[in-house]
Amino acid sequence: MSTLILPRTTNAPGDVPDLPDSERKPLTKKETAADHPTWCPGCGDFSVLALYYKLIEKHQRRHEDICTVAGIGCSSRFPYFVQAHGVHFIHGRALAFATGVSLSRPDLHVFVFGGDGDAFSIGGNHFNHTARKNVKLTYVVMDNHVYGLTKKQTSPTSPIGFKSKTDVWGSTDRPINPMKQAIAAGATFVARSAASNIPHLLKCMEAAMAHDGFSFIECLSECVEFYPGAFDGSIPRKGGVFPEVPADHDVTDEYAAYKLSDAPAPGVFGIFYNVNRPTKNANEAKIIAENRTKVEGLADWQILKKNFDRMK
Amino acid sequence: MSDPTVASTPVPNSPRVSQVSEAVIRIAGNSQDGIQAIGGFLARLAGRSEQEVMTFMTIPATISGGPSIFQVRMSSGEVLSAGDEADLLLCFYDHSYASHIGSLKKGGIVLYDSDHVKPKEELLTTYHHVGVPISSLTVEAIGGTGRDKGKNIYALGLLARMFDLNVPKLTKLIDERFGGKDPTVVQNALACFNSGYGHQVQGLLESFQFHPGEHAGRSQVVMSGNEALGYGILAAGVRFGAGYPITPWSDIMELLRRELPKYGGTFVQTEDEIAAVSMAIGASYGGRVAVTGSSGPGISLKTEALGWASMAEMPVVLIDVQRGGPSTGMPTSVEQSDLNIAVFGGHGDSPRVVLAPSSVEDCFYTAIEAVNIARKYSVPVLLLTDQGIATRIEAFPYPDLEKVCQDISPDLTPVMDHKPYDLSAPDGITRHVAPGTRIASGKYPVVTGLEHNELGHPGGSGKNHMDMNAKRRNKLRKLAEELPVPQVYGASEGHVLLVGWGSSKGPIEEAVKQSRKHGEAISALHLKHLNPLPNGLEKIFSGFTHVIVVELNDEGLYGYGQLCTLLRARYCDPRIRAVTKTDGLTWKVKEILQHVLTLTK
Repeated sequence: MSTLILPRTTNAPGDVPDLPDSERKPLTKKETAADHPTWCPGCGDFSVLALYYKLIEKHQRRHEDICTVAGIGCSSRFPYFVQAHGVHFIHGRALAFATGVSLSRPDLHVFVFGGDGDAFSIGGNHFNHTARKNVKLTYVVMDNHVYGLTKKQTSPTSPIGFKSKTDVWGSTDRPINPMKQAIAAGATFVARSAASNIPHLLKCMEAAMAHDGFSFIECLSECVEFYPGAFDGSIPRKGGVFPEVPADHDVTDEYAAYKLSDAPAPGVFGIFYNVNRPTKNANEAKIIAENRTKVEGLADWQILKKNFDRMK
Repeated sequence: MSDPTVASTPVPNSPRVSQVSEAVIRIAGNSQDGIQAIGGFLARLAGRSEQEVMTFMTIPATISGGPSIFQVRMSSGEVLSAGDEADLLLCFYDHSYASHIGSLKKGGIVLYDSDHVKPKEELLTTYHHVGVPISSLTVEAIGGTGRDKGKNIYALGLLARMFDLNVPKLTKLIDERFGGKDPTVVQNALACFNSGYGHQVQGLLESFQFHPGEHAGRSQVVMSGNEALGYGILAAGVRFGAGYPITPWSDIMELLRRELPKYGGTFVQTEDEIAAVSMAIGASYGGRVAVTGSSGPGISLKTEALGWASMAEMPVVLIDVQRGGPSTGMPTSVEQSDLNIAVFGGHGDSPRVVLAPSSVEDCFYTAIEAVNIARKYSVPVLLLTDQGIATRIEAFPYPDLEKVCQDISPDLTPVMDHKPYDLSAPDGITRHVAPGTRIASGKYPVVTGLEHNELGHPGGSGKNHMDMNAKRRNKLRKLAEELPVPQVYGASEGHVLLVGWGSSKGPIEEAVKQSRKHGEAISALHLKHLNPLPNGLEKIFSGFTHVIVVELNDEGLYGYGQLCTLLRARYCDPRIRAVTKTDGLTWKVKEILQHVLTLTK
């Protein structure tokens, strides 16, 4: 039986100047910004985007080192606004997609951006399992407590009493606590920040990027159109307070992290939990290494031949 | 045993020896009796004896077992199906005797465990009954532990004697199968086998000897369709897969999980079906086509992400081991009712490729073809197999592994510029550059499910949507042009053309073979490429008065099966009609012929 063998596909390089890393100019916002964001003026997501550019610039990441993945929602438009390999996937499944990228391409840093609906409603299952498997990637959830893209329906983090088009008399369902959810699911880096506090958010994002494992940030990000003032209580210039995680908090203490998550609105901000546990990436690499020793020196077809010889 | 001829002078008091070219043996018992193991040994022995072999089994869907059968057809010549009727029925219980005696041909041998089976008086003249107290003799053979575990191997010994099977080869197979475990396991197995082989069967009138196989000198491998498919995926160079357990897909997933790390690859058991397809697409995006798969309801769950792959033009291979549906349906039964969801399962216009292998060997090569079509056309490819091939064991020529194994690792050489959805690409097909590739222009692509412009950024104009729809559709038209026109089995003109797909190929071609022997002008056409269909089928159809699609699904509201409906829509030819069934079993040759007769008289 004949079969179509297709040789390895290669890129068509053209005349790409061969630039050694040392001669490549570090990126600035000019090179990392792509489409102008479609967000409403005043949207909290602008800050997160600005910080992402800054993070790339500050840490001298190159365009091709990073991969930006998102699901569906206002905040999930993110990849269009960044000059980097980007993915705009389906609603709720960005983490599963990003896991495929992270596991097959350990050379990339995978960032996933999304909203509260994507993370905790339609994608809730993936949130739990990506956390428990400790897949190496950074997940920033821009939590605005409302469905914005579809114009004001109740979200899984909307507080009780929130009046939306689907709860005109006020929401009655207990909202999800993203911190508790992440800690209970087994996330190894859990932080909480706000788009209104740029230096704080930058610190959290840097720590998340440095973490080897599943790093999760809940970033309060106001929807000025459908839930204006939602986070005023956390903005000092609007009369609120921005309580940070106490200096003596032990970030390796799961129970303490869980207790911090119980603080009444506006809650506490900072790194709640940060531990090292083998990542899914490392565990799989170990399984591969162990298996490879058994077939050392063999070409792929010879490994297959060993199986076929047993089935003669 | 089609042509028994009396051979060599019979030794007085011992059974007459008949030379046969083939035999159909049905083994009936409970699933925990290891009857699949006996069948597996017979199949593997046939493979090593350069014979053709095909098996058929039913497995109960219950966890703790239940009635189960394994049928083996061994032949010195061509085997197209597992056989309509058995020459020999081996049964362990009354229920196996009662349920399966009807599958034995008149005058066939029923070999039964007389410890459990009471033969029916009225059947004694129709079938040749041979009773052996298999359970108690097994207990005796392994030293009276009071357990009859091993009675399958004892029965294998009996069969080896009756069919003059190659004992050194069989004992080697037993050794390979049980070796490595506790040495007493092999010892017990061999003790069972030898005492079965040595048992002086009372009342046996005839024993058999196979003609030498026609494939003398040919090196063969023996495996199931699910195994062949899994190994084909590995040969194709796939190094990432993701899946969720569901019968009968799970075998493939288990194989890939076990084997991929040897090749530096990974298989992830995901939290659900949606995560599995999403993760596989993510890994494909990483630069190397990845695989996922499922059965039944799992396929429904994957359709949204599959639509994304179609829209984003991301290659991925989705294996669908079809089972009886809808919903939980008949999880361990054969059915070909997922063609509609494979071809049309998505919102919006979402072109994809659908392939269906027809045999165990074809599973191996079609897996490679599926991967390569996905790569070449940047498109999701669905590979439809069914329970009929998934669990069937066949022998096929040892593939040239060095030649078929391919490297599909990603290339990250920097490029000047890249448009993932280039409308002016010379062949109309764009291939993605993998993330990690430097793009000197500084313009990086987004892959997306939102309608997009050539760079992958939002592009919602009506004209753009039409252009992009055409791009996604036209590449499949191009594929259709490149597909080989399938060959007609039998004459290229005649009265009836049977059209089939998937595992029905064997029984359909056997039906053609039988009726041509009787002078009837019947031919068959097997379709492997179901979407797009190859070009030129209308020309083939025009040579026949009747075109009858034979498929394992319901006739539907309008009286045609799923492939038949597709062909009627494609060719607007009222001569195209269908015979369908959903009894959970593969086609019997005589069933096909009866249906054809009714439709064409």
